[in-house]
Amino acid sequence: MLEMIVASSIKVIIVMLAVLTGCAYATYMERKVVAFMQHRIGPSYAGPYGLLQPIADAIKMAFKEDVVPDKVERITYALAPIASFVPSLLVFAVVPFSADFTLVGRQVTGVISDLNIGILFVFAITSLGVYGIVLAGWSSGSKYSLMGGIRSSAQMISYEISYGLSIVGVILIANTLSLRQLVEQQDTILHWYIWKQPLGFLLYLTCAIAETNRLPFDLPEAESELVGGYHTEYSSFRFAMFFIGEYANMIAVSCVGTTLFFGGWQGPFLPAGLSVIWFVIKVFCFMFFYIWLRATFPRFRYDQLMNFGWKVLFPLAVVNLLVTGLIVLW
Amino acid sequence: MEAVQPNVGFVFGLFAAIIITSALLVVTLKNIFHCALALIVCLTGVAGIFVLLHAEFLAAVQVLIYVGAVSVLIIFSVMLTSNLASRRIVQTNQNALVAGFAALIFGAGALLLLKLHDIWPKAGSALPDDNVMTIGKLLMTDYMLPFEVVSVLMLAAMIGAIVLARGERS
Repeated sequence: MLEMIVASSIKVIIVMLAVLTGCAYATYMERKVVAFMQHRIGPSYAGPYGLLQPIADAIKMAFKEDVVPDKVERITYALAPIASFVPSLLVFAVVPFSADFTLVGRQVTGVISDLNIGILFVFAITSLGVYGIVLAGWSSGSKYSLMGGIRSSAQMISYEISYGLSIVGVILIANTLSLRQLVEQQDTILHWYIWKQPLGFLLYLTCAIAETNRLPFDLPEAESELVGGYHTEYSSFRFAMFFIGEYANMIAVSCVGTTLFFGGWQGPFLPAGLSVIWFVIKVFCFMFFYIWLRATFPRFRYDQLMNFGWKVLFPLAVVNLLVTGLIVLW
Repeated sequence: MEAVQPNVGFVFGLFAAIIITSALLVVTLKNIFHCALALIVCLTGVAGIFVLLHAEFLAAVQVLIYVGAVSVLIIFSVMLTSNLASRRIVQTNQNALVAGFAALIFGAGALLLLKLHDIWPKAGSALPDDNVMTIGKLLMTDYMLPFEVVSVLMLAAMIGAIVLARGERS
């Protein structure tokens, strides 16, 4: 029992450190990649190639004054960043990062907690992410925040259903909800679920971008219309929590996408103890794709976004589910 | 799993306290947005009880559907119906008597049913390995009719909502 607690705690600490560092450097990666795509240089002053920029940003963020406007509702205003930050980190509890391996004579599992309903847990937790945004929008007492909050909840409601349905195909084929078993089933590149569920993957990808409020679906914080959207009235570390939460969400959906469609940590050449490297590479590709999209597409208009969600993605998700079901039965 | 059992009573009490307190807040708070927030806490507490009973699937679905979808819709409608910038939608408890009566009848009915049918699994009885599979099979065999009736009810509710939303014109 004690040994299990210690092992889990160590894993939690390692994963949290990795994810938070990942978030910090995701901002760096985003700025650099977008800069190169736009023929700029990007951050380059702090450290070699600007590599220390995220650390400088974090320190700057922590020491800024925490401005709380007069008209806010104190308690909900303080709760909102936490409500946005915590769910985005909780998802990592069930993501299998590497194969099981033996370390100094002990068997180590490559996942913090292997729930038998893993994938449902991920979706349940992801669906909570909207509250941070809604609470922030409502409690700030500012029309920009409120508009951002309303847009966000409308967007999440519209995309949540397709998001959930997009992965049901994989579950039908795999016949399990455990993320670990899902990965174990995709042992070679030919068994990756992306080949069996190409439409499901595209739907997942699109909805995931909408769920994480990234361009081209970043309406809740459309800078040009809503100043900062739901976090207009936040500053200093509270703002940083929203910011980290957003990037942690990106990493989380990349991890889940990798696990569901690209075989997670499965890969040739590496021993079990190093299989996490494959996982990181795949997640990295996902993140790059995210940023690539951001640099390529303009933002959707609000009604276009709604139409796209309900009239295109949702029917496609249902068709995908029906066809998959028929094939599995057959 | 057995090693964790001794504290179950305490954890249950904790969740029960959370559920009851937040449920009371739902009906007593003045600001309707706060009521909605209390409802979310209440529903999450119920999910906690499900986890305690090893019904992980129900817990996940409880969070996914009730906390993640239904409550978002409630909050969404509160934000839309209120005059955008004002927070002064006050909850009125005009129907408190009727509602209390209905709750009483429902509670008494549930208790009566439980007294009549001894359906609780006894302590120590084996848990099904895969409760997702079991629930799915039961819904499609033994409970087919109630399941379909609920679906029709949902459909009726959806049509009703559309009719209401469209208003009188046409």
